[in-house]
Amino acid sequence: MTQLILEQALNGLQFGLMLFLLAAGLTLVFGIMDMINLAHGSLYMVGAYLAAAAAAASGSFVVGVLAAVAGTAAVGALLEVTVLRRLYARDHLAQVLATFALILIANEAVRWVWGDQPVLLNAPEALAGPVEVAGFSYPAYRLLIIAVGVAVALLLYVVVAKTRVGMWVRAGASNREMTEALGVNVRRLFTLVFAAGAGLCALAGALLGPLLAVQVGMGESILILAFVVIVIGGIGSIRGALVGSLLVGVVDTLGRALLPWLLRGFLPAETASTLGPALAAILIYLLMAAILFWKPAGLFPARG
Amino acid sequence: MKSALYRQSARRRGLALAALLALAALPPLLQALGQDFYVSVAARILIFALAATSLNFIVGFGGLVAFGHAAFFGAGAYAVAILAERGVTAAVVAWPAAAALAGVLALLIGAISLRTRGVYFIMITLAFAQMIYYLFISLKAWGGDDGLPLPARSTFGPLDLKDDAVFYWVALACLAAALFVLDRIAHARFGRVLQGIRENESRMAALGYPVAAYQLACFVIGGTLAGLAGALIANHSLLASPNLLHWTQSGTLLVMVIVGGVGTLYGGFAGALTLLLLEELLTGVTVHWHAALGLLLLVVVFRAPRGVAAWLHGLFARGAAK
Repeated sequence: MTQLILEQALNGLQFGLMLFLLAAGLTLVFGIMDMINLAHGSLYMVGAYLAAAAAAASGSFVVGVLAAVAGTAAVGALLEVTVLRRLYARDHLAQVLATFALILIANEAVRWVWGDQPVLLNAPEALAGPVEVAGFSYPAYRLLIIAVGVAVALLLYVVVAKTRVGMWVRAGASNREMTEALGVNVRRLFTLVFAAGAGLCALAGALLGPLLAVQVGMGESILILAFVVIVIGGIGSIRGALVGSLLVGVVDTLGRALLPWLLRGFLPAETASTLGPALAAILIYLLMAAILFWKPAGLFPARG
Repeated sequence: MKSALYRQSARRRGLALAALLALAALPPLLQALGQDFYVSVAARILIFALAATSLNFIVGFGGLVAFGHAAFFGAGAYAVAILAERGVTAAVVAWPAAAALAGVLALLIGAISLRTRGVYFIMITLAFAQMIYYLFISLKAWGGDDGLPLPARSTFGPLDLKDDAVFYWVALACLAAALFVLDRIAHARFGRVLQGIRENESRMAALGYPVAAYQLACFVIGGTLAGLAGALIANHSLLASPNLLHWTQSGTLLVMVIVGGVGTLYGGFAGALTLLLLEELLTGVTVHWHAALGLLLLVVVFRAPRGVAAWLHGLFARGAAK
């Protein structure tokens, strides 16, 4: 039992870190520009497809991932300059409509290029097997994801907390007008933030590709989770995004694994087997509603 | 002498009546042309118009951008399907029950969600809608992923709802009644206070109005009407589908409202008509019609920011001025 819990906790950590890659970009876009970008999930999808295509063409997973990150960052920057930039001054409804339109276009474009069927993206051969960790075996590839996730989170922390660009980003998130008045080119900064966010999306998409299906519509399901994460964490806060991601990843994964089993302890088997999965699926939304009930601006509000 | 306001509203009422008569004449016209299939399509447009109108009341009139309207729409559909399974097929019982269920749901969700504002309100309504969605797809007794089929359309006194034209007229009556009621609400004291709250919440609170109670009432009215629309759509497709509860459904309804015109009485109708007609047209032209729809939506955002209804109005006004 302990082994199952430990393994599921690691899976939760791994999923949470990938969610963080998505949520980090989303929370900054949200925080600095007060912009709802529903198309963020589409960048994740584009990243996964680019990774699959590049990996198939070059025969190397690493080349695939790097190409996907660079390619998607370019797509993100292009999108920001051509369409999204015009939306910052508009209200949330216009942003929802425009980025919803972008989702439709992105899904159709991907379907047009790669077809309806999911494409294949394999984990590197060397990491296909399990490794022994502290007495039990765990897939090596998932360990790699955890390592990359932790490394990127650390890197992001250093960039945001210790560098000049990071200072601008934090300043922009807490007060955009004031930051502009102090002479920071928020427009250019924002294109950069957006491209970086897109790159992180692609990294998550490429790494999760071998575990989940690379298919049209993959972005929408994870997008909602990313929104849950940043709302729990507090919009605009990188730290909140990290805490929120880990919380959502672990609660969701552990809930799905353990809840049916826990319920069986004190409910009739039949009721437990229907109620368990239902309750597990809504667990993170309950968590979010509860957090918003007691802390209406999330755990770490960026604006004071 | 009659006041300008009275003349204007009398003219508006005349126009609305003419439009209603024209819409009522549609089924025999289509049948005469041999296009019976489109009677069903038209009924579907009217039902979505009702759902979008109910959302527009919350978003445009109450100023509350909710992203979970599918919960009420879907709950209404499931209520009718579940009741039909238990043998309750009378529309006079099942449809009000569906609307009431959606209303109670809106009361619960609204009471919690209205503690938050802005983006957080958008997200918490989405979260609740997702909870309802997952609840329904994981309960096998209610069909799970496949949805719950209706054995037949509801019975409605002497009216035969199996006849597409009759069903169309019933849907039209529901939509017209809803528009009439919402128009009356908008012009009543309750509506004036609600608009005041939308424009300046803290001022209305300072004047002593119970802001939260007014907003909750607005949310519940919208949710109840969405439940009625859900009851109709389940009857139309003979299925309470989990797709009706999915967040993309909330998104589609919101898109209809924005395309049609936020905060205008006929905005929801205009949006549903525009979007569903485009879908009908574009699917015939290209399999990649979603992309074409996306491009058109972008054009709406950048060229007609106040919605199709306002854009057309402006176009006519400019044309008349020349």
